[in-house]
Amino acid sequence: MSNSGILRSSLAKKYVMALSGLFLCLFLLGHLAGNLQLFNTSAEGQLAFNEYAHFMTTFPLVKLLSYLTYAAVLFHVVDGIALTMQNRKARPTGYVKEKGSANASWSSRNMGILGTIILVFLVSHMQNFWYVMHFGPIGESDGLKDLHTVVMTFFGPENGLAGLAVAGYVLAQFALGFHLIHGFQSGFQSLGLRHSKYSPLIERAGLFFGIGVPTLFASIPVYLFFIQL
Amino acid sequence: MNLTLKVWRQDGPEATGHMDTHALEGVSPDMSFLEMMDMLNDQIIRAGGEPVAFDHDCREGICGMCSMFINGEAHGPGRGVTTCQLHMRSFNDGDTIAIEPWRAQAFPVIKDLTVDRSAFDRVIQAGGYISVNTSGNTIDANAIPVPKEQADDAFSAATCIGCGACVASCKNASAMLFVSAKVSQFALLPQGQPERESRVQRMVEQMDKEGFGNCTNTGACAVECPKGIDLSNIARMNRDFMSAAVKSKK
Repeated sequence: MSNSGILRSSLAKKYVMALSGLFLCLFLLGHLAGNLQLFNTSAEGQLAFNEYAHFMTTFPLVKLLSYLTYAAVLFHVVDGIALTMQNRKARPTGYVKEKGSANASWSSRNMGILGTIILVFLVSHMQNFWYVMHFGPIGESDGLKDLHTVVMTFFGPENGLAGLAVAGYVLAQFALGFHLIHGFQSGFQSLGLRHSKYSPLIERAGLFFGIGVPTLFASIPVYLFFIQL
Repeated sequence: MNLTLKVWRQDGPEATGHMDTHALEGVSPDMSFLEMMDMLNDQIIRAGGEPVAFDHDCREGICGMCSMFINGEAHGPGRGVTTCQLHMRSFNDGDTIAIEPWRAQAFPVIKDLTVDRSAFDRVIQAGGYISVNTSGNTIDANAIPVPKEQADDAFSAATCIGCGACVASCKNASAMLFVSAKVSQFALLPQGQPERESRVQRMVEQMDKEGFGNCTNTGACAVECPKGIDLSNIARMNRDFMSAAVKSKK
């Protein structure tokens, strides 16, 4: 089988999905660690967060990592769309009566929809913070770009739509949670990493990851919104 | 038992199908689902109609011929059974039962509930065999020691009857469970090793060519499989295909 044939195969598409997805899980952990600093809203917290944001946007190795992350998102999205389109084609006439809940979990049957919600969120999220951090307009504090104030203002009373923004962020984290609960363990299966002893552990880790990470992410805008009321 | 049956009727591969409603009275709970279908056809023929075409053969759950998507599930609500092993006691008096063919691009409808599953045969032809010398020097398969656990796993994979319930149940109409069972039954045995890498590549290539969907790892296939083929076979195929791709000299 030629290399191009291998790359075009359904299995290789799933390897790409799994590898990019699992890489993005690592990214989520890093991103979460950074975000948790927002719980410290004092002046020191503001400085620490802005220093962190400066480091994350300027340090060469982190920049390389961020390009890898953009690539992983791109691969995951493009590959996901290609897979979904092929899957639709594989069953042109649907069932009149189909009982999907009888044999598969809800999240596993709705990965495309969940992924789309996450993508819409991602675009809006990057517009809110990533774009402002890179291209402004953004104020300065202690000689650093003041991303901390941008975040506080976005979820604060000055933004008339802050309540809606918080609701949107929380909803997106629900989608992420369900996406991860299936996706995390599914990634291992696609790569052939299944074992009667270790797979139950992987599934439990996926459940823990899929509930824990989005909950912590969602708690930040909720916290920032309520302390500024 | 009195039942209302909603049955898919389709004149041919190109025709558009529709659900037909039939009332069937006096069904015994001890009948198999296929006997109930015979009873329905008897009623249709007596009324001067065209009987419902459906696949069946051994009627003891070993041939893989019977299909039918019953009330939204392949082979109906039972677990570990084919349609011929499904009995009417699994339903209640007064139930409405929807009966449809397997639906997949790779399994075109021939007529009513019968579908063409020869895509599976072509996947097998692509590599689901071992090459042995049969010119009078046939080697005794049992001459090579095989660990018991390995032999059991190979046997479990080999119990796949190729009914296509996995494809029918999968939201993507993927054939991964079938193909992986056929790959695994040889990959687990010493006799399967010489062709292990070329086999998985050829069978996956044919699977994709037939127009089956991709695997989302929902696990629906394994739940609906009448023979209990499990997802470890799919993982093994994922592994073998990757290792074959890495080692491939072409």
